[in-house]
Amino acid sequence: MIVNATAPAALPARPVWRSLVWIIPIALLLIAAPLVIDPFQTLTLTYGLIAAIGALGFNLLLGYTGLLSFGHSAFFGGGAYAVAFMVKYLKIASMELFLAGSLLASAILSVLFGFVCVRYTRIFFGILTLALSQVLWSLAFKFFWVTGGTDGLRVPTPTLLGMSPRDDKMAFLAHEYYYYVLAVFAVCVFIMWLIVHSPFGKALQAIRDNETRAEFIGIRIRRYRLVAFVISGLFTGVAGALWAPLNGLASPDVLVWTFSGEIVFMTVLGGFRTFVGPIVGAIAFTYLKTYAVGFTVYWQLLLGTVLVVLVLALPTGIMGAVERLTSKMKKLR
Amino acid sequence: MDLLTTKTLAISFGDNRAVNGVDFRVNSGEVLALIGSNGAGKTTLVNLISGLLKPDSGQIIFGTQDVTPQSSYQRIKSGIARSFQLVNLFDHLSCADNVALPIFSREGKSPKLATLASRDSAVWDETHEVLRRFGLDHNATLLAGTISHGERKLLDVAIAYALRPKLLFLDEPTSGVSTREKAPIMDIVSSIVRSGGITVVIIEHDMDIVFRYSERIVVMHQGSILADGTPEEIRANDAVTTTLIGTHPTGEPAFGDGSNAKH
Amino acid sequence: MEVVAIHALNALLYSSVLFLIAGGLSLIYGVMRILNLAHGNLYALGAFVSAWTIGLAVNANAPAAVLFLLLPTGAIAAAAAGAVIERTLMRPLYKRPEEYQLLMTFGLLMILEDLIRFIWGPSPLTATAVYAGVGSIPIGDGRYPGYNIVIIAVGIVAAIFLWLFIYRTRFGVLLRATSQDKRMASALGVNVNRVYIQAFTLGCFMAGLGGAIVVPSQSAVLGMGVDALVLAFIVIVVGGLGSLEGALAGALIVGVVREAFITFFPEVELAVLYLIAALVLLVRPAGLFGRV
Repeated sequence: MIVNATAPAALPARPVWRSLVWIIPIALLLIAAPLVIDPFQTLTLTYGLIAAIGALGFNLLLGYTGLLSFGHSAFFGGGAYAVAFMVKYLKIASMELFLAGSLLASAILSVLFGFVCVRYTRIFFGILTLALSQVLWSLAFKFFWVTGGTDGLRVPTPTLLGMSPRDDKMAFLAHEYYYYVLAVFAVCVFIMWLIVHSPFGKALQAIRDNETRAEFIGIRIRRYRLVAFVISGLFTGVAGALWAPLNGLASPDVLVWTFSGEIVFMTVLGGFRTFVGPIVGAIAFTYLKTYAVGFTVYWQLLLGTVLVVLVLALPTGIMGAVERLTSKMKKLR
Repeated sequence: MDLLTTKTLAISFGDNRAVNGVDFRVNSGEVLALIGSNGAGKTTLVNLISGLLKPDSGQIIFGTQDVTPQSSYQRIKSGIARSFQLVNLFDHLSCADNVALPIFSREGKSPKLATLASRDSAVWDETHEVLRRFGLDHNATLLAGTISHGERKLLDVAIAYALRPKLLFLDEPTSGVSTREKAPIMDIVSSIVRSGGITVVIIEHDMDIVFRYSERIVVMHQGSILADGTPEEIRANDAVTTTLIGTHPTGEPAFGDGSNAKH
Repeated sequence: MEVVAIHALNALLYSSVLFLIAGGLSLIYGVMRILNLAHGNLYALGAFVSAWTIGLAVNANAPAAVLFLLLPTGAIAAAAAGAVIERTLMRPLYKRPEEYQLLMTFGLLMILEDLIRFIWGPSPLTATAVYAGVGSIPIGDGRYPGYNIVIIAVGIVAAIFLWLFIYRTRFGVLLRATSQDKRMASALGVNVNRVYIQAFTLGCFMAGLGGAIVVPSQSAVLGMGVDALVLAFIVIVVGGLGSLEGALAGALIVGVVREAFITFFPEVELAVLYLIAALVLLVRPAGLFGRV
C-alpha cells in the first residue's frame, strides 16, 4: 500500500496545546491577509483555501483509509454545478443555500459512487472512480442545453448570511467572500480533525494498514470505507460550491479526470501522511499553478516536472520533509 | 463441555483436500495444541473456524450456535478470535492504538466519529493494562512497525486477546522468535489465558512448547485428524511419532523417550 | 447494404487504432503492473512525429512511396521515448508501491503534453498527402477512402504479429513468465529489468504506431493524447487488464458501439462508453479476458 513506502520514525503523541504554538500565528496571518496583501493575492489565497478543503476531504480516503481516488473531480464539479443549477433554474442567490445544495448533491453522488467503488481496492478502485467521474464529465459536455456545455454556466456573486454583495466585485471577493471562505475552512478543518482523531478515524487507519486484521477485530470494512467515501465527497463538494462564485463560472474543466489528478498532486505535494499536509499542498499547488500559468504557456511542463521530482525524491511531500528536518534538529540539540 | 465442535468440515483447493471431513472438538477452558507437519491443514482449519475461508461442506458449532453461515465479523462478536502466523499488525499505528482498536470495536465504539478517541479513558486504561500484562507498555507510543520481532508476535496475540474472546486461536505464536525468547512469550500467553478463563488452541511446531504448555494435543496429517489425546498419550502413539516427529537414523524416535519434557 | 458495409468498415477502422493503443497499454500493465497514464500522449507523439517527417518530405517534393515509408517514424519515436522513460523514471520506482508509478505517469502526461506543444506549436499537423495518395475504392454506388482500409490492414497485421510474438517466440515466453511471477522469473535467470524495458518500449511502439497510421486521416492535434487515453482505458476495462485478446475484443466492442451510437444518438455516445466501462467494472471487474 502506498502508505507503507516510508515508515516515519516513532513519533510520541504531542499534546494539542503544543500545536497551538504555530496555529495561532498562522490564523492571525490568515485573518490579517486582506488588509496587508493586494486583492489578486487574496484571491489566490482564497482559491488555495478552497483547494485545501477539497484536499482535506480527499486525504481522508488516501492518507487515512488507503484508497487512491482518481475521480474526485466528480464531487468538486458536482458541488460547483449544483450551485450553477440553483442560480439558473431556481434563481437562488444565497451562499448558505448554495452550500446546502452542494452538500445534497455531493451526498447523492458519493453514496452512489461509493457504494459501487468501495467493493474494490487499489488499481480497480482508482479505475472505477475515474470511469464514473468521466461519465459525469461527458454528461456535462454533451447535454449542453442543460449544463452550458464547454461554455459553462455563469455564477454571480451570492449573498452572504443574507447580506447582498457590494458593487465592487473584486473588493467583495477579496474581503467579505474571503472571510466567509476562511470561516468555512476553519470549520472544515475542525470537523475533519475531530473525525480523524475519533475512534472511527482510528478504525479507518486500521483498515488502511491491514485490511485483514481490521476485519478480524470486528470492523466491517466496506461500511467504514463507504462512510469515509461519503465524508470525503461532502468536503470536496463544499469546496466546489465555494469555488463556483469565486470563479464566476461552472465549467466541465472541473469535472475532467485530469482535474482529479491535480487534487491527487496537491495532496501528495503537501504530504498525504499528515493531517496538515493536504492543506499545505493545496495552497502551495494553487500558488504554484497560478504563477506557472502566468509565467509560461508551458505551465503543464513545469508542474509535471515538479510532480516527477516529487515522486522520485520527496515522496512524503513538503510536510514529510519538514518532519524529517525538525526531528534532525531535535537530535542535534 | 464442548466449546467448539466441527462436523465433517472440509475444504479443497483444486485437487488438494486441505481439510478432509474433520470432526474437531475443543473443550471449554483447556489449552489445546494443534500440531502436524507443514501442509497438514492446521492453519486452514483455523482459517475455516475463524471465518477467513468458507468450507465446501460441514458445520462449525460454537457453544450451541451453528456459526457456519456467519461472517468473520459475526464470529468475532460470537467470541472467536485469532492471532496470525505471519504477524498481522497495524504497522503505522502505535502499539497502544493497536490494542485500543479491538477494545473500541468490542465495545461498539468504533463507529463514533464525533468524539475524540483519546478522551475515552476506560478504553485507554484497559489498553495499558493489556500492554502491561504482555510486557509491552514501554512500547506504548512506538509504532508497531518499529518494534522487535518477538514484541510484534506478542502484540499480535495481545490484539486478539483484547477482544476478550471465549475461544482464542494462536497460530504459531513463537515462530521466527529466538529460542531464548520463546519461553517468556509462552509464559505470558499461558498466564494471561489461564487467568482470563479463555480457551486456547495453539498451532505450534516447537515440540518443547507443545509438551510443556498444552493439556491436550490434536495431531493433524494430510487434512485429517490423526490422533487426539493428552501429551503422554500422544508421545506414546507410534503412528504420530513416525509420521510427524520422525525417526533417528538408528530407528529411535527423534524426540526421545519423553525424559526431556518438563511439566 | 452498402451503408452497413461502410458502418462496419468505420467501426473496424476505429477498432484498429484503439487496439494498437489499448494493446500497448494492456501489455505494459500485464507485464509491469503499471497503468501508464501517459500512454495517450505517446500515441500523440507518434502522430506528431509522423506528420512532421511526412510534412518535411512533402516540402522536399518527395514521391508518394517515400511518404509512406516515413509513416512508421512516429512509432519509432514513441518507442525511443518509452525506452528512455522506463530506464530513467520508472525503474527507480519498482520497489515502491504501485500508486507512485501511477503518479509518475501522470506527471509524464503533463510533461509530454507541453513538450509536444513546445516542439510543434499549437496548430495541428496534417499528412493528407498520404491519405489522398491512396485514393478511394468503390463500395456499392459510392466510394470509400482507400486509406481507411490501410488502417484496418495495419491493425490486423499488428494483431497477428503481436500474437505470434507473444505466443510463439522466446521473448514472448519471457514476457509471459515475468508478467505472471516476476520473482520466480528472476530466480530462474530471466533478466527482469531487460524484459521490463522491452515490454515498455513495445507498448509505446504500439501507441506510436496508432498515432502514426491515424494521422493521415485525422491530423495531429493538441489534446488528442488525453482523449485517446480515456478511450483506451474503456477498451481495456471491457476487455480485461493485461490481456491481448481482451484489448482486441474490447477494441471491437467499443468500435462497434461507438459507431452505432454516433449514427443514432450522438449526444450520449461518450457517456454510454463510460457507462459500459463502469458496468463491466461492477459486474466483472477483471473484464472479459482479464486476469486480475
